[in-house]
Parts: sequence; C-alpha cells; structure tokens
Amino acid sequence: MEIQHLNSIKRINKILTLVKQNKIVLLEGKLKSHEETELIAKTMEEIDSKFKGIEISVMHSSIKENTILWDKIKEAVLNFLLGDRKGFTIIGPANIIKEIKQDPEKIQLLLEEASSKKKKGD
Amino acid sequence: MVGIFKKILSKLFKNIFKKKKQLKLGIYGPPNGGKTTLANKICEDWLGEEMGTVSNIAHETREIQIKEEISIKHKGKELKFNLVDTPGIATKIDYEEFLKSGMKENEAKTRAKEATKGVIDSIKWLDEMDAVIVVLDSSKDPYTQVNITILGNLEARSIPVLVVANKIDLKKADIKKIQSAFPQYEVIGISAKFGNNLEDFYDALFKVVK
Repeated sequence: MEIQHLNSIKRINKILTLVKQNKIVLLEGKLKSHEETELIAKTMEEIDSKFKGIEISVMHSSIKENTILWDKIKEAVLNFLLGDRKGFTIIGPANIIKEIKQDPEKIQLLLEEASSKKKKGD
Repeated sequence: MVGIFKKILSKLFKNIFKKKKQLKLGIYGPPNGGKTTLANKICEDWLGEEMGTVSNIAHETREIQIKEEISIKHKGKELKFNLVDTPGIATKIDYEEFLKSGMKENEAKTRAKEATKGVIDSIKWLDEMDAVIVVLDSSKDPYTQVNITILGNLEARSIPVLVVANKIDLKKADIKKIQSAFPQYEVIGISAKFGNNLEDFYDALFKVVK
C-alpha cells in the first residue's frame, strides 16, 4: 500500500487504522522523528481495554565511527537518493507483538499467542 | 506586509521573553528508568526536599512535575534551572499489567488512562525544553524504539542531551551497551537511588548545559 504521498497526519492515521485491525505494517523506510512521536501520541489517545498500543521498530544501516571514507561517501549518496526510504519499519498491535528486540544487526519479533509466547524469525 | 511586521514583532517579544525565562531542564526516558529517583536526588541535594513519589510499578509519574529555581553550585560554577520531571514515554499501556501488582480493576484502568495522558504531555513538552537528561535503566536493553525516538526528537530539535545510565548498582547493569547503542552522546553511569557517581553526573551536566 502506497502511503509515501500522504501527509504526516494521513500517514499516521492510515498506519494506526491498519494496526487497530490487528495488522502488522511493514514500511519501506522510516517515519520522520516528529511523525514517530505523533504516532505514539495518537496511539495513546486510542488506547482502551481492547487496544493496548503498538510495538514499533526501525531497522536501518547507520554509519559507524570507524567507517572508511569510501563507505561514508556511499552512505551520503544513499541518504541523498533515498532519504527516508532507507531501511524499513515494523509497526504492529501490542496485543499481537509482545516485543521487538533490535540491535544494529538484526530484528527479532516476539509474538503473543494466547498466553504462550512464540518466537518468529530473525 | 502587515503579516511580516506582526511576525517580526512576535519574534522580538519571544526573544525578550526567552532571555528572561529560566532554563528548563527536562528528565525524559522510558517508564521505570529512575527519572523521578534522579529528580528527587537533585532536589534533595540542592533544595532539601523531594520532587515526587517513586514506585516499582511502571507509570508512577503520570503528570509533568516542575521544581522551580534550582541552583547547583559545583566546582566553583553555578547552574540555575527549572527541573521538569516527565512521565515515562511508552508505545503501549496495558491496564492488565497493573492488575499483576495487586491493583483493583478500576484503579488499574484509571492508572492506565492517566498514563496515556502522561505520555502525550511528555511529548508535548519536548518543545519547551532547553536541555534534557535522558534516563535509561542500565540493566535493560537500550536498543528500543522508544529510546531511539526520544533521542531522535531531541536531536531534531537541537536540544542538548545528557544520557544517564541509571541503576549501576544492579548486577545486570551494562553501561557499555548503552554507550555502544548511542555513541554520539556522553553516557554517565549512576545510581540515583544510592547516589553513586553523582560527581561525574554534575560534571557532565555542566558541560551539556552551557
């Protein structure tokens, strides 16, 4: 689903509508930092006894301090060309996703299944 | 033309006001990182009184708390500010979690409702801050989106940040993990509860809040 052309408010509303339908949203790229806080604030407004909130995680390569010059140039070019479309973002309902564990190299999605926990993929 | 003139006047008034206003030092972070414990420690050290109540149950602070005109004198320098303790920022709040700590259902639902409002207030107050201490629990995984989002927003607003790795008294504490997660920030390990390493904390605070 294309949401890139939508403005921030519409994008956030679209994501939250999908998540409230118990869907896990996978976005190409990442939200802007103010959109992330807006999404959290909107989520808080929507929380009730059924909707517990969201889990969100952004996976993107970030330049390390000891990176060689060539890699830094490549990173700068990619940033210029792709901007916020670099990496990906996972957003899902907290009643389905128990936890998203992330470190710079991998993401782990821990799913809630009734009272038991199920680990799905790295 | 009138619009432009109005904008210039408004900016001028804002700047005049800005010069007179007291610096706002915010304490931000996820729930249960020890924000209020640190706020209490600062207030005890420099005002002789506590700021708020602390608890092991998450979302104990659900409203913005402000202590005005704190003056820290450290190594011949002085720093004056209003301290703003904020509710923990989270992406989910489940009232059933509060039931596990022995609360009744109504009490748990009320706490959850207040906690959601608290998160919204914390976010709204980001724009008001002149500098921020981000308090993280050093015994927990720092690679969470909430931590990244808080720091990303502060960076986007060009607000000076000091990252505090709290709870270094715990066996599982790992300051290095926080340092490697956020290498662009100075990370100071402390125990707000026991007052460990506060000298280094105040040194770093003076460096960040110039």
